[in-house]
Amino acid sequence: MIPQNKKNQRNLLIISLIFLFCLFLNLPTSLPLPFKIPHFPLKYGLDLAGGASLTYEIDSSAFDSTSLPSALEALKANIEKRVNLFGLSEASVQTSVQSGSHRLTVDLPGMDNLSTSIELIGQTAQLKFMAESDQPLPPEATATATFADVFPHDTGLTGSHLLRSSVQPNPNTSQPEVLLEFNSDGATLFQKATQNYLNKRIAIFLDDMPITFPVVQSVIADGRAVINGNFDSQSAQTLSAQLNAGALPLPIKLIQQQQITATLGQDSINKGLLAGLVGLFLVCLFMVGNYGFLGLIANLGLLIYAFITLTLYRLIPVTLTFPGIVGFILSVGMAVDSNILIFERYKEEIRFGKDKHFALELAFGRAWDSIKDANTCTIITALILFNPLNFSFLNSSGLVRGFALTLLLGILVGLFTGVYVTRNLLRILIRRKPNQ
Amino acid sequence: MKFRPLFYIFSLFLLTLSLFSILKWGFHPSIDFVGGSVWELELPSNPSSAEIKQVFSDYDIDPLQISVSSSRFLLKFPPIDNLQKQELTSGLSALDSNLQELKFDSLGPSLGRELLKKTVYAIILSSLVLFLFIGSRFKDKAFGLSAILAMFHDTFILVGSFSLLGHFENAQLDALFVTAVLTTLSASVHDTVVTFDRIRELRFKNIKVDWVNLANQAVGETLVRSINNSMTIIFMLLSLVVLGGETTRWFAIALLIGAILGTYSSLGVAVPLLLLFKKKQKT
Repeated sequence: MIPQNKKNQRNLLIISLIFLFCLFLNLPTSLPLPFKIPHFPLKYGLDLAGGASLTYEIDSSAFDSTSLPSALEALKANIEKRVNLFGLSEASVQTSVQSGSHRLTVDLPGMDNLSTSIELIGQTAQLKFMAESDQPLPPEATATATFADVFPHDTGLTGSHLLRSSVQPNPNTSQPEVLLEFNSDGATLFQKATQNYLNKRIAIFLDDMPITFPVVQSVIADGRAVINGNFDSQSAQTLSAQLNAGALPLPIKLIQQQQITATLGQDSINKGLLAGLVGLFLVCLFMVGNYGFLGLIANLGLLIYAFITLTLYRLIPVTLTFPGIVGFILSVGMAVDSNILIFERYKEEIRFGKDKHFALELAFGRAWDSIKDANTCTIITALILFNPLNFSFLNSSGLVRGFALTLLLGILVGLFTGVYVTRNLLRILIRRKPNQ
Repeated sequence: MKFRPLFYIFSLFLLTLSLFSILKWGFHPSIDFVGGSVWELELPSNPSSAEIKQVFSDYDIDPLQISVSSSRFLLKFPPIDNLQKQELTSGLSALDSNLQELKFDSLGPSLGRELLKKTVYAIILSSLVLFLFIGSRFKDKAFGLSAILAMFHDTFILVGSFSLLGHFENAQLDALFVTAVLTTLSASVHDTVVTFDRIRELRFKNIKVDWVNLANQAVGETLVRSINNSMTIIFMLLSLVVLGGETTRWFAIALLIGAILGTYSSLGVAVPLLLLFKKKQKT
């Protein structure tokens, strides 16, 4: 009997260590402690943190399967560059294949202006470089003249010649300037244009709308042009983003736009938290009312369960969405299921006249079969919902995945606390009782 | 199991009601399935629905649905582009200068059809894998088949109940409903497996007792567990329905219906079906 006792003590030690570790990581950082708590913040999804999400369909018809991957990569890099202009730390750009078509999803947590983001990320824009007419327009025509009349000469340069555009400060005045870099074809065309139209204006059209018309000040042969003017950093970055929009290697079409404000998100968090706490309280009450002392131990297991799950959310990290919170709340209900199975079994064995310790071991042993099979079924469904291998015929939406992931984690942790933790706690507590 | 006829009648009633409702009233699919826009706004001055409709028709957009709770407006209409949205925003700002945008979601119809297809695939895949798993665990096709049929029973009634709720309470089918259906699949099988496990165990102990008595004993022994376990899940979900807010209310209700159905069907459908199969095998 002594080795068994030692084993129990070792298990109790393991449980306590895990619990303390999880408790430690979940301590509020504001506590005045002599040491620093490593901080793993909880990550919230768009629906809780607020923000914007845009989904585009990519028109890949112009590319074959060999050149497509690099074009997609270039597209993604390009969009990322534009997204970076927003200065949002958690923004993400992802491409995926769904039902045979390529998608681009841009998530902008914290972004509160959907229209601006759509404009800056940009539809397929056509970039054109048009030079000013040689003769000044007759005065009577200026009132009715369109931009096309003022800038009739096509330089042949388009967005496809533009490699990238960026913002840099002028070395002398430190005013922001917009830098253009052309590829080799573009450099040749640009050199020709700057020779032909020296001291004249070249207008840059984006989808037939002029966005800027700088004056050519010198002949440029290296394919690098600088537009300077009265830019503040905001307008320089907007212009740069617009120029980059014209350089998109693949046309994209907006098919989904989503925005949630942070206030609504905070509202959801508060409601979910309240619902979770009230539900948890009811479950704990129910367990104690039904199983007395055993229920109390199950509740202790549930407490450990909650802390382990929270710690996993922080460490993995799991991006919490509202359906994710629902998954967590649901899994709490399921976590006590193992305990109910075991305790009902225990009651039965006691009714058969078995002694407490023996009944407990029997109950855990016999209930394990049911627990294992029943939980495997839930794990199977959660895996199909989560779609970890990214099968394109299954769902991959963030909301459904958020739910599946928290449910899956909940079941696994629930198995650990519901079986391993409560079993060891009960072994020690029930053993001692008759001796006292 | 002397209540078997009662269970049959009850289940048949629910199934018929579901079928009737689905055929007669169909569903209220959300924009997740058919595409469209949902716009949640805070308009402190509480303009009337007619005024809002007027703004929309000024821009040739047909508002399909406007629902109001205090000063929060939920508007549903066909998909719009960025320019149209800016026009609408300025139009609505004229109605109420304190307009505050809470949520906007716009989806093209192609994405919706995609979700529907994926749902069907997920249900087929889940049923298949669960059928194989249960069949192999119990080494008996009758167990697998009864569990899966009970699962379809639950799924169908859940879908039917949302057709009813859609007709009377405007409940919508959305991406989260799909999740609830799939969770119901597993919850249904979860409960059935526990009961079946007990039948298997009892049969192992005493092979001579006939199936009906075995089932009676197994159900009697697992009934308290089934009810108690459902209670804990029901507590969690009920508090979510009451306190969790608009966004996930229907999701929580769907999960709740699924949980109750799952508990009922393991006793009222899966076990009677198993007895039916076993009776056939004997004769």
